[in-house]
Amino acid sequence: MNDLLFARSQMALSLAFHIVFAVIGMAMPVLMVIAEARHLRTRDPIDLELCKRWARGTAVLFAVGAASGTVLSFELGLLWPAFMDLAGGIIGMPFSLEGFAFFTEAIFLGLYLYGWNRMGPRAHLGAGIIVALSGLASAVFVLTANAWMNAPAGFTLTDGRVTAIDPVAAMLNPASLQQVVHMTLAAYLAVGFGVAGVHAWFLLRSRAHAFHRRALRIALGMAVLCAPLQIVSGDRIAKMVARIQPAKFAAMEGHYRTMARAPITLGGLADDDAMVVRGGIEIPAMLSVLAHGRADAEVTGLEDIPRTDWPNTKLVHLAFDVMVGCGFALLALAIWVSVSWLRRRDPGPWLLRALVAAAPLGFIAIEAGWMVTELGRQPWIIYGIMRTADAVTPMRGLVAPFAAITALYLLLTVVVVLVLRRMFMATSPAAGVP
Amino acid sequence: MSHAFLLEVVILVSLVFYALSGGADFGGGVWDLLARGPRAEQQRAAIDHAIAPIWEANHVWLIVVVVVLFSAFPPAFGAIMTALHVPLTLVLIGIVLRAAAFVFRKYDVQTSRSPHRWGRVFGVSSLFTPFLLGLCLGALASGEIRVTDGQVVTGFFAGWTRPFAIACGLFAQGLFAFLAATYLTVDTAGNTELCRDFRRRALGAGLALAPVAGLVFLLARAGAPRIFAGLTGAWAPPLLLTTSVAALAALGALWTRRFRLARAAAALQVACILLGWALAQYPFVIVPDLTFADAAAPPNVLRLLTYVFAAGTVVLAPSFYYLFRVFKGSGASAAGPGH
Repeated sequence: MNDLLFARSQMALSLAFHIVFAVIGMAMPVLMVIAEARHLRTRDPIDLELCKRWARGTAVLFAVGAASGTVLSFELGLLWPAFMDLAGGIIGMPFSLEGFAFFTEAIFLGLYLYGWNRMGPRAHLGAGIIVALSGLASAVFVLTANAWMNAPAGFTLTDGRVTAIDPVAAMLNPASLQQVVHMTLAAYLAVGFGVAGVHAWFLLRSRAHAFHRRALRIALGMAVLCAPLQIVSGDRIAKMVARIQPAKFAAMEGHYRTMARAPITLGGLADDDAMVVRGGIEIPAMLSVLAHGRADAEVTGLEDIPRTDWPNTKLVHLAFDVMVGCGFALLALAIWVSVSWLRRRDPGPWLLRALVAAAPLGFIAIEAGWMVTELGRQPWIIYGIMRTADAVTPMRGLVAPFAAITALYLLLTVVVVLVLRRMFMATSPAAGVP
Repeated sequence: MSHAFLLEVVILVSLVFYALSGGADFGGGVWDLLARGPRAEQQRAAIDHAIAPIWEANHVWLIVVVVVLFSAFPPAFGAIMTALHVPLTLVLIGIVLRAAAFVFRKYDVQTSRSPHRWGRVFGVSSLFTPFLLGLCLGALASGEIRVTDGQVVTGFFAGWTRPFAIACGLFAQGLFAFLAATYLTVDTAGNTELCRDFRRRALGAGLALAPVAGLVFLLARAGAPRIFAGLTGAWAPPLLLTTSVAALAALGALWTRRFRLARAAAALQVACILLGWALAQYPFVIVPDLTFADAAAPPNVLRLLTYVFAAGTVVLAPSFYYLFRVFKGSGASAAGPGH
């Protein structure tokens, strides 16, 4: 591996690690606030207990998320100084706004976690609402900066120099809205099903457990609401990518030949040399419909894109199918849950088992989705403007920081899993009486 | 006043706040590591109690510095991150380990050994992270990092491997430990014995700081000539006087057990030291080749950023006020270590 690949791997690893904690830090406060608001209305001690236990787990995960987010903000410069040199002035504004949102989130999370006995109940709930809202705002701002890398706007490039910078236009670039909606829904969906899976696991052991039943209901409420919306959002963002990043879209779909009535290929391994996808299932004309809304629409294939500008088709297509597969699996599960609710039944053992099995799917979809976004943009760091290879630090020996960060994050992953596991096991309250 | 200047002030003010709050949290980690005697566990509990609700927020000041730097002065950010790649990567490892160890220790289900193991990691990372941050600031001031046409030409070891930078690192460590112990005398005012422990530590750290400060000054003559010249400039005597008076006042107030006064004086001392360094280094981001003006983004970008920071301050100031009133206000400090 060369230094560029080490730099990319370090960035990828840092993102992949951080995103899990970031979405938890974003979505858990929503669940906590729902439980606490219920408690204020009903005075049911179960809701309060639930809120406090969720808050303890969130405290751990938020801390790791904040630290790994700091790592990313430095790595932008440590690994890609030329990128930041060019882009800093253009996308600095959303990052600054994100800084303030994060500040607000950290301040009110401190109040929320440690202020139980120092604030009135409404002020405490208010702090929780601010944490949830500023977490959402944080995500929105950061996503617009990433969207700008896909759809650079708000500046003119003349002889390699950036002029006429308009940070507002950069922030409101053509990819922003779709990316913001898709990732926000992904966060609530993944955390909703993730939390539901944990409580479903406990319910399989003790079916009448009021505490876990309540937890399951709140978590599923969020997840079931987001699942169908996410499919709609996925369709919208795919059409957007087809329009502004044809190379990424072609790689996602393993689509080599430009044609009308283009078929979609589900699954399979893309082979760049033969320009075919092996082992996939083809559905005629479906890709034209999905990309442009008409069966006779022409879809650009990779053949019309210079070979040097191709992303890694094999990985991008695979990651895309994993993401979509997880999304539809969660939609099916959401329908199953809704049907059981409509019949006013408690989730049966098979549904609980399915929920346990599905707990990681949302997170897998998020990781795969980021692989599609980031790998699909290659070889560009700013699409069509700057190549990743031209942005990398002149620093040599990047294997060393890569190895250090990898070791650190592997260690933390193991420890976080152990700590959470112990928290779940040791603090599961006795049935009925929390 | 230009927008660039206002954003330079934002960087300085954020650095001061980071030192006063986040720096003291690192200092707290150092005292956790050095907790000794029959009340070692109580000392640790007091430190934990003091920093747990606020350390996440305090940490964000560092992110503000980074964000202003890359938004308003992008080439400076690129150059700093290139020249100081090695120590900054170590800083990041320190930040991650400190945060993770702190919450693991606090929230992990108690087994007999694990709190101590995480406590050790928390303490050690709190010890070396400020050292590395001081090292980086020293390197930027040293004049040994050279930048030509926006490119760093002196490699990856210039500046931060020199005695001056190392002295700056030690000074930062000592300063944060002194701050933390001084704050803790106020936080533990309700517990005579604990308060005495931290008073003794604050006095010890404050006295130990004097020779380190002298060392930084002496090494600056050869190691950071620009800073040394700056420290003998026209504005320097009143500032040096204020710093010295604040330092003596802090020690005197600790000695006479006026802890709130000691806390204020120690904070003033730290703010003056950073202000002095900033004035001596101005207008350079990286001495001697890169000024803030060289690195500034276009005027319209700077103007917009100034508005963002003005609006942000309107949100942040009352939020911070509320946070500190709830946890550090009168009545809050006397409370013993919580759950």
